[in-house]
Amino acid sequence: MSAINLHGIWAIYRTEMARTVRTVWQSIATPVITTALYFIVFGGAIGSRMQHVGGVGYGAFIVPGLIMLTLLTQSISNASVGIYFPKFTGTVFEILSAPLSAIEAVVAYVGAAATKSVLIGLIILLTSTFFTDMHILHPLWMVAFLLLTSIAFSLFGFIIGIWAKNFEQLAIIPALVVTPLTFLGGAFYSIDMLPQPWRTVSLFNPVVYLVSGFRWSFYGIGDVGVAASLAFTAGFMAACLALLWWIFRTGWRLKP
Amino acid sequence: MPSILSISALSKHYKSGHKALDGVDLEIARGEIFALLGPNGAGKTTLISIVCGTVTMTSGTILVDGQDIARDFRAARQRIGLVPQEVAVDIFATVWNTVTFSRGLFGRAPDPAYVEQLLRDLSLWEKRTSKIIELSGGMKRRVMIAKALSHEPDLLFLDEPTAGVDVNLRRDMWALVRKLREKGTTIILTTHYIEEAEEMADRVGVIDGGRILLVEDKAALMRKLGKRRLTLALQEPMAAIPEALAGWSLALEDGGCRLVYSFDAEADDTGMPALLRRLGELGIDFKDLDTSRSSLEDIFVDLVERAA
Repeated sequence: MSAINLHGIWAIYRTEMARTVRTVWQSIATPVITTALYFIVFGGAIGSRMQHVGGVGYGAFIVPGLIMLTLLTQSISNASVGIYFPKFTGTVFEILSAPLSAIEAVVAYVGAAATKSVLIGLIILLTSTFFTDMHILHPLWMVAFLLLTSIAFSLFGFIIGIWAKNFEQLAIIPALVVTPLTFLGGAFYSIDMLPQPWRTVSLFNPVVYLVSGFRWSFYGIGDVGVAASLAFTAGFMAACLALLWWIFRTGWRLKP
Repeated sequence: MPSILSISALSKHYKSGHKALDGVDLEIARGEIFALLGPNGAGKTTLISIVCGTVTMTSGTILVDGQDIARDFRAARQRIGLVPQEVAVDIFATVWNTVTFSRGLFGRAPDPAYVEQLLRDLSLWEKRTSKIIELSGGMKRRVMIAKALSHEPDLLFLDEPTAGVDVNLRRDMWALVRKLREKGTTIILTTHYIEEAEEMADRVGVIDGGRILLVEDKAALMRKLGKRRLTLALQEPMAAIPEALAGWSLALEDGGCRLVYSFDAEADDTGMPALLRRLGELGIDFKDLDTSRSSLEDIFVDLVERAA
């Protein structure tokens, strides 16, 4: 075997992607339909009575935020279920006993989860062109933010999947932390619209940086500077990687 | 012959203070079938799990074919296959997919011909497109074996392979074990069915309380520790053993209807002829007599009781 277990990475990656195909309705159709509903309600019904935000129509304004909302929740749920389910059914023994390094396992699981998120993100982007008149100012940066966010939050989801001891714990972080932070993170508004002190408080919400950077790549406008957005996303990814390194070194919640 | 598995000073202490393994040393020769016997909680599964990498050790060294399982984990683990006690497999996957998944996971390039032969050997070929959830319990266990063998390991662990398995599967399983041995695969199994260890194993290890009590060539073990029993079915039930027979190690069974004499099978003088003569002199008649050699199970129970 070569220095890298490519067959092993591919085996996990392919199996995880096959799981997506098997549950295609839940995996792809649900986020697309949900997003379409958001467009109809916020973009079409309410948005038509709203002013432009930063020179962009409201329908178009919420596109990056909506994609980000889906990206975060999907990345976390895909990656967390990907590793939690083998733990729950006991099949994780095979992964742990395989000649597979921690990095290879993370690349395979997180890679598959992130791939799925990126695909969903692109599908939503495509869907949104049917509802709004939108454009992308910095397509390369858009793709970069899409990739970075998907990978960073898939890493985060992977950690949640290892940490969770039951299905309740698996659902609690996405439901009680990530979704509120996303809604309050400027997905549907600019934080400039908030009164003080909430505007300042919002700057402590990590999702603000993600949404802002992503929106900047579309329209060249953002609540915070693009450098701050990039630094935050990269920093979050680094923190997840460090935590995962520690988890695999100690076998925490993986090996007794 | 060099060891394929070499375990030295292996210990596993849990935070609770429980010592699952306590200074285990074990050498397994290439190509042998080794049976690890022990009561529940003896440390059998912990030992296997540490070698396979699913449980971390507290201290010790393990070499698989000369490769350290911690330092050279890739080389070591690639040689190992594990069939765990519990059936744990993605129930929505098909037989073919889950077996090829395992092969890839262990770093092997696809080899459909090998996987086909493996599935045929395990009577799974007809079921290759079935989902695991549609299979019977016995078939699921066959799938677990196929997965463990998918990457052509040199060292196969079978953790309680025949617990709750029907006669057909058990027979197939042992046929497979023999075939694997012919190909040079080393097999380490744990079992509650001692008669199977007796039938299949070349060597036997007894573990209890996290310590290896004994490792011995099976035949030598049975010779060395094996006791023989002479059982006499008496004409008249006996209330107590007469004083005149105090020189023999005797016991009454079955409400005094049977007189049992235990003796060392290897001794020059078994004491049996003298006993029979003495019984004749005392006028104790018997209608039948039977001798038997103690089984591995008797030896095992005896050992564990002595250690306790």
